[in-house]
Parts: sequence; structure tokens; C-alpha cells
Amino acid sequence: MATNSKKLLRSERRSGLLYTSPFFIIFAVFGLFPIVYTFWVGFHKWDPFSEPTWVGLDNFVLLMGDDRLWLAIRNTFSIWFLSSVPQILIALWLAWILNHSRIKGNTFWRSVVLIPNITSVVAVAVVFGQLFGRDYGMINWLLTVLGFTPIDWVNGTFSSHVLIAIMVIWRWTGYNALIYLAAMQSVPEELYEAAELDGASKFRQFIEITIPQIRPTIIFTVIVSTIGGLQIFAEPLILDGQGYAGGVSRQFSTVTLFMFEQGFSRFEYGYASAIAIVLTLIVISFSIVNFLIVRKIRA
Amino acid sequence: MAKKAAVRSQKDQSSLRTRAIKNRQYIWLGLIAFFSVFPFYWMFVISSNNSAAINERPPAVIPGENFLTSVAQVNEIINFAVPLVNSLLVASVVAASQVFFSTLAGFAFAKLRFPGRNGLFVFVLATMMVPTGLGIIPFYLMMSNLGLINTLGSVILPGLTTAFGVFWMRQTIEGGVPDELIEAARIDGASNFRIYRSIVMPSIAPTAGVLGLFGFLAAWNDFMWPLLSLNSPENFTVQVAVRQLRSAYFVDYSIQMTGAFLATVPLLILFALVARRMVAGVMAGAIKG
Repeated sequence: MATNSKKLLRSERRSGLLYTSPFFIIFAVFGLFPIVYTFWVGFHKWDPFSEPTWVGLDNFVLLMGDDRLWLAIRNTFSIWFLSSVPQILIALWLAWILNHSRIKGNTFWRSVVLIPNITSVVAVAVVFGQLFGRDYGMINWLLTVLGFTPIDWVNGTFSSHVLIAIMVIWRWTGYNALIYLAAMQSVPEELYEAAELDGASKFRQFIEITIPQIRPTIIFTVIVSTIGGLQIFAEPLILDGQGYAGGVSRQFSTVTLFMFEQGFSRFEYGYASAIAIVLTLIVISFSIVNFLIVRKIRA
Repeated sequence: MAKKAAVRSQKDQSSLRTRAIKNRQYIWLGLIAFFSVFPFYWMFVISSNNSAAINERPPAVIPGENFLTSVAQVNEIINFAVPLVNSLLVASVVAASQVFFSTLAGFAFAKLRFPGRNGLFVFVLATMMVPTGLGIIPFYLMMSNLGLINTLGSVILPGLTTAFGVFWMRQTIEGGVPDELIEAARIDGASNFRIYRSIVMPSIAPTAGVLGLFGFLAAWNDFMWPLLSLNSPENFTVQVAVRQLRSAYFVDYSIQMTGAFLATVPLLILFALVARRMVAGVMAGAIKG
């Protein structure tokens, strides 16, 4: 019996390591290695026609004086802010509506709000690019009908950021709403009943009970949207239609797009990796800052 | 008497108010539903109309009769069946592999005792925070050294496993498979893999199915890496093909939209079949996350 259980333990140990190893192998090769290697490449000058040579901090010094980087950083933050703040607010409000048990067709409404999320960024960018087209777009036609001047969405700086933000908001709001809804459903009903007795309005209940109760979930989504949003790439790429520049005057060039441009159209591997390192540092520090800010917000 | 009437009228009023609130909520939900669905409808409107109708003022808002013509035009540029088959292949392999490896690892983390189990699991969680897209330059160089550029394998390999899947399946198996069942099977002499196959998988099949669905969607919609890797039309996935239509025909929206529509329809059909499970999946992932 004793040897038997020992044998069992040994087999568990072996199987445990065997069953979990595929994940770690794939992550090490395709996830971790490239990231670590980026830090090595970033300190070298390297293109397809020559061997990598060590240049120390040269890439970074050059980068700090490169206006295109600062423009890309400004654009990235502007797009991130324009997309994530409304997205989170709308998602919270939508989740609040969906959470009302009196509404019929729960599954139907939940499915409908999730539909945008199954679409590819490419398809989204094509559709919104057309809807917001300067000459024949539906939105500009509506603006004209309502007596406003049509907007050259793609070619303006702010307007192109708004357009990209709308694509992100459209695709992710329903998804986030379902996440908030799941969290809201685990808020104890008694809290609302007590507030109801105190005569608190629905809005006050939302601000003073719901929000604080689901705060961990909000923090989670804010961090995820920061990590994803600061790496935004596909929407501006497709909006441009031609290359990695991010518009004729780089008006919606983002940091990731700039990295792609340097890496895969100029073939400056070292310089592109330096951009990746800078973006990694931005993502990490900004995630931490966000975490601290959201954690501070209490009712 | 009067008091009773007053109470009743108050009651009527409050029920009126709740009905008003309810109606308002339906209006908001209806609006949200409209905005959610409209872009899909619009894809079809544009792809089924000719350029003249699209450029009219007011623009055409109902589908035309030109859809098959647009499909033929798309096929002249890229035979769209090829990317559709490629994407189907890539997404199916990725989905199956993610389900297999995630459930296997999830089973190990939930039910097997082995050294470093907790530490390794925390490591899995930590990998979700790593912005792996930022390693794209060396990633490309590595794939190029392995001779995998412009092969479907290059798109499949990095997607074989998923940290989220391992995490989710561990939570599911921990709560969904009773320890007694596993112990009983052990006493009968079942191997660990046998337990995995005959006890664990049947009890978590629905959730594992949703995981497969997420994997399928993610692979089908993947864009950044396929765009870099796949550069000849016989290897395009649908997203790369749509992008190609866009840069080749910047102004002809009916061709672009037809491509986008063809790339999206399979997902819409899939979604129609399993929407309820997907909603449950998103919400379940959220509670535990």
C-alpha cells in the first residue's frame, strides 16, 4: 500500500510537469524569447545587409530627439484617452441597464451587445472608414442635413483620433459591459434594499454601492484597456490604407505603427527595437499609475 | 374609503413610474442594439450596391442587387475561397490545440500534486500581463531563421497555447470535477491521462467548447502577425486578404466591403449558433478574473 501510494505520487509529479510543459515551452519560444531579445537588439545597429554592431545607447539618444516618436506618443495617448474613458462609462451604464431583472429577453440583449466584439479590426476599420468618408460617407451626409459642415475625418488630427476611438469603443463596449454585469450580479441585494429604505435615488445607489462594490473589476478592465490601447496598431494602419505612416501628415501615427515603420519598411531593426523598449516602459509605468489612481477612487 | 383610494392611486402612480422607467430602458437597449448591428448591415448594403448608388445623396440605405457582381470582382483580385479555407484551417487547428493544452494543463494545476505547482500557476497568470506584441522585431527574425515566413505554420505555432485558457480551465476543473470521482478512478487503476480523458473532459466539455470558440475567433481575426508573415496570395488568411483589397482599391468601397463581409459572415453564423454560450463564457471569465 505504501509503495503503491508512492508510485501514485511519482506518477502525479511526472504527469503534472508533462501536462503543463507545452504552455511554458510555447511561451518561452514565442513570447518570452522575442521580448528579451528585443532588449539586446535595441542596443545594436542592425539591418538586413549587415551584421549587428553594438552601439550602446545611440538608438535611444537618437530616439529622444526624434519628433516622430513624440508625435506618436501624443497620438497614442490621445487615442487611448478618447477611446477608454467613454468606453468604460458607457459600459458601466449599459451593464446597469442590463442588470435590471425586470427586463425581458436577457440572453438576447446580452448577445446583441457582444456582436461587435466578434468582428475583426480589419472589417471594423473598412466599415467605419466608409461611414466616415469625406465625400460619400453617411456621417458627413447626416452632418450636412443637420446643417453642420462636413468633417474631413481621416485628414484632421483630432477628428482622426475620434474616428479611431469610435472604432475601439464600438468593438469593446459591449464586451466590457458583460464583464461589469457579471460583477454587478454578485453585489448583495441587501445593500440596495437598505439604500432604498433610506430613500437613495437609483443614481446614488449606482455611485455609492455599485461602483465601489465592483471596483476590482473596473481596475482589471482599466489595466487591460491600457495595455491593449497603448499598443494600438491595426485601426490606424488600415485607416491609412497605404503604409505604416499613419496618415499623410502622420496625424494618427501611433508608437506601435512607428515601430513597424522602422522595422519593416526601413529595416532598422535596432532602432525599431529601441522604440519597442520605450513603449514597454511606457506601458508598464502607465499601468502602475492607472492602478494607483483607480485604487484611490472611493465613493 | 378616501384613504384607500389615495393609497391605490399612489400605487398606480408608482407602477406607472416603473413602467416608464422600463420603457426608457427598452428604448436605450434598442438604440444600443441598432448601433451594434448597423455596421454589419451596412457592409451588406455597400457590397450589394454599385458605386453610383453608394455615391448618391442621400446614400442608398437598402441592399441592392449587385452582391454577386461584387463577389465576382473580389474574386478577380484574390480568389477569396483560398483565404477562407486558410483561415478555417488556421483557426480550427489553433482552437483544437488551445482546448487540448489548456484543459490538460488546467487539469494538472487543479488536481495533480507536483513540485512548484503554485509558483508555476502564478507564472502563467503573470504572462498575461506581458505585452508580447512588442517583441515583434526579433519574433520576425526568429521565424525567418526557422524558414517559417510565409507559411501557415508561422501563424499557427504561436497560438497553440493560451495563458487565459490554462487559467480558465484550471478554475473550471477545480470546481467542476469532484475529487472523489478522481480518487475512485485511481483505485480502479486508471492512469492520469485516462482520468483526464474519461472523467475530466466529459464534465467540462461545454466550457472547453467556449474556450475553443474564443480561440477560433482570435485566430480568425488575428491580423498583425499574419500581415507580416504571409506575403503570397495562396497563403493569405481572410484578414490579410481584406487588407490587400483595401490598399489595391482604396476608393472602391463595394469591393472592400464585400471582402470584409465575406470575412465576417462565417463568424456571424458561428455566433448565431452559440451566442448564449459565448455570453456565459465572457461573464464567467470575468467573475473569476
